[in-house]
Amino acid sequence: MKLVIGIVRPEKANDVLEALYRAEVRGISMSRVQGHGGELDRVETYRGSTVKVEVTDKVRFEIGVSDTFVQATVDAICDGARTGEVGDGKIFVVPVERAVRIRTGETDEAAVTPVGVA
Amino acid sequence: MNAPLIAQASQIDTGDTAWMLAATALVLMMTIALGLFYAGLVRSKNALNTFMMCVSAIAIAGIMWALIGYSLAFDGSGDLIGGLNYAGLHDVTFAPRDGTTIPHLVFFAFQATFCIITVALISGAVVERMRFGPWMIFAALWSVLVYSVLAHWGFGNGWLQEGGTLDFAGGIAVEMASGFSAFAAAIVVGARKDYGRIGLLPHNSVLVLLGGGLLWFGWFGFNGGSGFGTGDPSVLAFTNTLLCPAATLFVWMALDLYYGRKVTAVGAATAIIAGCVLITPAGGFISPPWALVLGALGAIPIYMVIVYRPRTRVDETLDVLAAHGIAGFLGILFIGFVAQESWNGVSDGWFYGHIGQLGDQALAALVTPIYAFGMTFILLKALGSMMPLRGPESDEATGMDNIHHGEEAYPTGEGAILVTPEDGEEPPVPVAQPT
Repeated sequence: MKLVIGIVRPEKANDVLEALYRAEVRGISMSRVQGHGGELDRVETYRGSTVKVEVTDKVRFEIGVSDTFVQATVDAICDGARTGEVGDGKIFVVPVERAVRIRTGETDEAAVTPVGVA
Repeated sequence: MNAPLIAQASQIDTGDTAWMLAATALVLMMTIALGLFYAGLVRSKNALNTFMMCVSAIAIAGIMWALIGYSLAFDGSGDLIGGLNYAGLHDVTFAPRDGTTIPHLVFFAFQATFCIITVALISGAVVERMRFGPWMIFAALWSVLVYSVLAHWGFGNGWLQEGGTLDFAGGIAVEMASGFSAFAAAIVVGARKDYGRIGLLPHNSVLVLLGGGLLWFGWFGFNGGSGFGTGDPSVLAFTNTLLCPAATLFVWMALDLYYGRKVTAVGAATAIIAGCVLITPAGGFISPPWALVLGALGAIPIYMVIVYRPRTRVDETLDVLAAHGIAGFLGILFIGFVAQESWNGVSDGWFYGHIGQLGDQALAALVTPIYAFGMTFILLKALGSMMPLRGPESDEATGMDNIHHGEEAYPTGEGAILVTPEDGEEPPVPVAQPT
């Protein structure tokens, strides 16, 4: 059981969702984050104040999956998020100690198995 | 435009002038209100660019109007185009404009605000993708090649007006011209890269309602000022500008309720604009009860076009064709049915015994779309052969605000480092690829 964290471009978030859906990965959290991944700084000017904006809007996916689904999830995020330019994002896979489905009290693998899949 | 009450006088009337000064300012505000409306309807990464397309129209169309546009539209009675005697504001002074009781300068300024908002309206068809430079060049050329010509035809003593077509406040030059030009622009510029694939939603519906409401407010100057004074035509148009959009708004909410089971806010803002456009050509020519009927009936086809259009391949993004082109078309035609000489002092429509009026109106409703669509299509094709009208797809992904203006509509300020003048020279270096 792993937690897959994918940090991607906001404009690719829809493509990632689509790819995950096709890979039959269900149960997703997403949040808007700001970060810096080595892309070119944006230079903006407001009434004569020129600023370099070093952080960029990103979307962070968090997906708890059973071990057999890890590769499919990672592949789906890569497929959806890649443009080939600096700043496409990162994926981190981290071990999960426990998981609980609140509604039923199911734990661990059962908790991250989508409803309706035996 | 054919107000008989003021035709014989050629002295300045202070009351008329006072109202026209205020009306001019109201119409100028409409361009900013349109910017709010449009900016709310696009995604947040394109909000500033969308607003700036409207703001830039004030500079570009305003200058072009003073240099040449006004003269071509309002100098003389040539069939197709006016003369050049007023070019560069030559002879436009404190003396009253012929046929009105207001100074020529005020008449010029009032008409300038019409040209400006018409240019701004077209931007709705190309937002979120067209490059800003080509937009500004297009705006300058369109204001002369299309707006000035149609303004001359419709209310500068050109062939349509002389032939008897009634157009109170710009169903021809403003509404049909912008709507059908927007349709052509959407076709030439092409759809946004994600159009029809993912939902491209309004980012701030409060701005949409605020912009729609302020447009209605400004429209009292737009229609109420188009009698060039405080006489009966202006008074009639003013009140009709309250009634007609109210009827459109009501019917629109009912249609929303019927089709979607919910009354939508973005729909309501759209309805307000559609209603104002419907009454624009007809304002000073039809009775208040007929204005209510026009608003109510007109809502239905406009609603249908707005529902149908996103199912097509034409990414006419903010539905200028439906809300302005179709609505202006309907308003122009409606005059031919229900104009009443007892109200307007000019002409009856079909229902009151003068079927010929409907023919005059139908002629304008036929030739204006053809000219506006054709001319805009040719103009943008020519422009597109000289420079790219839109950037690469990655520009659309990043957003027009950052690409074309170097700003964000909603910056957080986090991670923003002030660049001092000394190190402002060095080009930005990607951290991942140090030199």
